Amino acid sequence: MAADESYPDDLLYHAEHDWAQIEGDIATLGVTWYAQDALGEIVHYEPPGEGASLAKDESYGEIESVKAVSDVIAPLSGDVMEVNQAVVDAPETINQDPYGEGWLVRIRLSDPGEVESLLTAASYRSLLEEQ
Amino acid sequence: MQTLRRTPLLERHAALGARLVPFAGWEMPVQYTSISEEHRAVRTSAGVFDVSHMGQLELAGPGAHDYLQARLSNDLDRIGPGRAQYTLLMNERGGITDDLIVYRRPPESYLLIVNAANVEVDQRALSETTDVSSSWALLAVQGPDALDRLGLEIAPFTFREDEVLGVRCLVAGTGYTGERGCELGCAPEDASRLWDAIVGRGVTPCGLGARDTLRLEMGYPLHGNDISPERTPIEADLGWACALDKEFTGVERLRDQTKEGTPEKLVAFVMEDPGVPRSGMSIVEGGEVTSGTHSPMLDCGIGLGYVRAQDAEPDTKITIDLRGRPRGARVVTKPIYHREEP
Repeated sequence: MAADESYPDDLLYHAEHDWAQIEGDIATLGVTWYAQDALGEIVHYEPPGEGASLAKDESYGEIESVKAVSDVIAPLSGDVMEVNQAVVDAPETINQDPYGEGWLVRIRLSDPGEVESLLTAASYRSLLEEQ
Repeated sequence: MQTLRRTPLLERHAALGARLVPFAGWEMPVQYTSISEEHRAVRTSAGVFDVSHMGQLELAGPGAHDYLQARLSNDLDRIGPGRAQYTLLMNERGGITDDLIVYRRPPESYLLIVNAANVEVDQRALSETTDVSSSWALLAVQGPDALDRLGLEIAPFTFREDEVLGVRCLVAGTGYTGERGCELGCAPEDASRLWDAIVGRGVTPCGLGARDTLRLEMGYPLHGNDISPERTPIEADLGWACALDKEFTGVERLRDQTKEGTPEKLVAFVMEDPGVPRSGMSIVEGGEVTSGTHSPMLDCGIGLGYVRAQDAEPDTKITIDLRGRPRGARVVTKPIYHREEP
């Protein structure tokens, strides 16, 4: 079952429909409800390699639905500490729980100052309304 | 920007919450709920598709038989009145202008159902025919329960005029999903009433997304993707629809290729590695993917593509270039998906 639309207040957002949860210099990343809904049922997640470096605003992986493929854009720069293997094995988890079990990678931030550039849930919601 | 054409059912699609996309100049539903759910409905029960964008050409009269026989690849004499046939229209070089179904109506009348994007090209190549597309709406009702839900029987590749759920229709035992079912042609003004009656029988509305995944699981080619004016039926594994013992446009090239072989062949393949193949991706050994998707029934990537002739045998391993990542696939016989017999 697909999740209901939501944009939790305890996350930060990137305009390319990604979220980040920050704990010190560690961030957990994923895609928003809007992104998974636009793609439809996700059938494949192509993750970055363990230890890969992510550059803010650049693609670090791909998620793919029956109909289309989409790059996943890094909201922040950092090194991959962990890839969510459960999502690699069952990509539909992204549709079911985009902010929980459907997280994509955990990274160690290389420039924690970048966090300032991310959007709050309220700003991200108003961005969606403009689209 | 050209205005998109609308089928008589556009309001029905919008009311059902369909995602509408431009397709061959038409505004068409790609999905209502989800491609996989609609796909499974057709494989396990019954689904209905609005395919009113398809084109209809008509030719009647004493010369109609000989005219079409000289321009279409399949042998019209293999079918009698009340029968339908898959056939190809070729250019002089044997390239495929379109693939279509011809319906032979008594006494000397033929209806051709052609791809939406090719109506004008086909009509120019078959200049004696009349484009009657605007007089038709077309619904495809497909799936193991489809005919039961409509309360009718129709044998594959036969057709008749009949009343279906209170609407005058051309009922044809044809489709593009590999399932039992029918296609129903009716007057545009009756289309909404027929659609409502079919949906009222518990048949799932299905969009073009599921139509594409269903036809790909069967290995059916799509004109514009897998077959085109640059490819011949011999390359495309459609020699079975070409009667090489009769004369028709493009036949010389096909006879030559049958003797000499072709450098590439269209094959079906299944991914053995993760990832979804897509149209336009290279095949590392040589060739190109022409259609690809994720198979809802097999839960893996599947596709059609042209490979080197020496790679065309079933079970040959090939490598797809998935955006820079080499991923393994295996050539398979068609259909790609086989129903599990109960």
